[in-house]
Amino acid sequence: MVWGIVIVIWLGLALSPFLFHDVRSQQVAARICVFIVLVASYDLLIGYTGIVSFAHTIFFGLGAYGAATALRHMGPGWDAIVIGGGIGIVMAVILAIFIGLLSLRVKAIFFTMVTLAVASVAVVLVSQFSDFTGGEDGITYKVPKLFKPATKLLVDDDGHVVRWLGTKLNGKLAAFYSVFCMSLLLYLAMIRIVNSPLGTVLKAVRENETRAEAIGYRVVTYRTLVFCISAVFAAIAGIIYAVWLKYTGPETVLSFSINIDILLMVVIGGMGTMSGAVIGVVLLNLAQYYLRDIMQLGAEATANLPLIPELLNPDRWLLWLGLSFILLVYFFPAGIAGTMLKPRVK
Amino acid sequence: MKTPSDLYTEDLTIQFGGHIAVNKVSCRFKPNELTVVVGPNGAGKTTLFNLMSGQLIATSGKVMLGDTDLTRLAPSQRAKQGIGRAFQLTNLFPKLSVLENVRLAVQAQAKVGMRIFTHAKSLKYLEQQAYEYLSQTRLEKVAHLPVSALSHGDQRKLEVALLMAMQPAVFMFDEPTAGMSIDEAPVILELIDQIKQDSSKIILLVEHKMDVVRALADRIIVLHNGELVADGEPEEVIAMPIVREIYLGNAA
Repeated sequence: MVWGIVIVIWLGLALSPFLFHDVRSQQVAARICVFIVLVASYDLLIGYTGIVSFAHTIFFGLGAYGAATALRHMGPGWDAIVIGGGIGIVMAVILAIFIGLLSLRVKAIFFTMVTLAVASVAVVLVSQFSDFTGGEDGITYKVPKLFKPATKLLVDDDGHVVRWLGTKLNGKLAAFYSVFCMSLLLYLAMIRIVNSPLGTVLKAVRENETRAEAIGYRVVTYRTLVFCISAVFAAIAGIIYAVWLKYTGPETVLSFSINIDILLMVVIGGMGTMSGAVIGVVLLNLAQYYLRDIMQLGAEATANLPLIPELLNPDRWLLWLGLSFILLVYFFPAGIAGTMLKPRVK
Repeated sequence: MKTPSDLYTEDLTIQFGGHIAVNKVSCRFKPNELTVVVGPNGAGKTTLFNLMSGQLIATSGKVMLGDTDLTRLAPSQRAKQGIGRAFQLTNLFPKLSVLENVRLAVQAQAKVGMRIFTHAKSLKYLEQQAYEYLSQTRLEKVAHLPVSALSHGDQRKLEVALLMAMQPAVFMFDEPTAGMSIDEAPVILELIDQIKQDSSKIILLVEHKMDVVRALADRIIVLHNGELVADGEPEEVIAMPIVREIYLGNAA
């Protein structure tokens, strides 16, 4: 059932360029793809080790800024993405090792506080080193030719770009499908990891650290390893997002609110489920991007009734978003996927 | 298989603030010997176990297995050296299935934990081995239930199954029959007896019930206020006045 929903969502994302033609929905679809990877990597950390870190956007940011700076300085080539992104990934792993080892020295809430501090430092650093990072304005750059909207993938006899179901087969479509395929591959890789022997050890550590250690699993090593794996996936998601947006700035990849968003997505989807990541990301993104539109429609439809149009005024979208979160947490205490997957035996 | 070596402690001590919980305990445990550790509550029996299996690190003194110094190793590293530990309070993976609990212990031995792109289910032999331990401990029927759904007795059996699955050189049982009903306890004792048949194993047992002690012990050591006060053949130790006074005296 849950996995059915997940498959339907991925199919929907695959078909989205042909179903919706406006620029905004394409942006939302690509953002959903990237965020599924980011949130799933965050779930590896929170859901499978029980470590709550607010430094996760740093890994995302390192990947994105790595690719962005290289694209800016080396020109729009694949080499820039590989080298810049590669440096970003390596830096993310180094940072992950430090934070991972730290998590064993400091316990739970204090660790979370430390990651909060580290995250704030990262944001400050990015705005201070503006020569290198573009500061608050971020960096804009060009991407490889294949992804330019002017690139024609298929042309007809007159030299015009071919349309399928009303969608131009241009560079934008190539960019979207690259984002889609990379994200899907990364997501499948993470599902594989969760079901690997390593994944089973992580579940054991989450359940009972002392006993996992006593039967011969070095908890320190496994925790640090997960931290690194999670950081690598987040950094790759950052690279993909940087290439897609052609812009990298604190607001898109590093801000504290992104970390709050992905935390919400994990919690609403269901911690430690992987399928929850997909559901959480889709729900939150659709709500953030389309709730106002839906309320606008609702307000117009009920324009003749008393009070209701006032309540449905699009300006009040945050109120409804908040209310729906409360209801979701009430009815799905373990997250949507988490509650649905819960075994009946007890 | 390594040649079995002795497990021994030298002046093993741990201090919590001003309280010395285990005080200069020097003791040697040999293969093919089942040693029962007795002593009143708070004597330091479980603490001594924790020092040997690594949950606690000694303030001073040594824990050795043959030529290997275990004193400062983490529990997982000691497990790899052959120390197997079962716990007094049931200490399992409650939300995982019974089979998965044992499979994890088998997997730890197989050293495949770092493989990230192999599907765990594809390693069939791990599961088969796990089933063997489940059938030895008579838990096959509940293999697919989560541990939290098991009776207390079955959870104690699973504790033993996990220990057996580790294939350790040293078996450490901390009150394995605690809280079990009269008809369930013999199953555990039979299992311990079965482990005892393998002459290369060192078995340590914390136990209060005198009938169990008499039935299984090759040797008894007595702890009192963290110190080793008696060590010897069962009948000999039980007959000692100091033992009667501090331990058996208030039980009788």
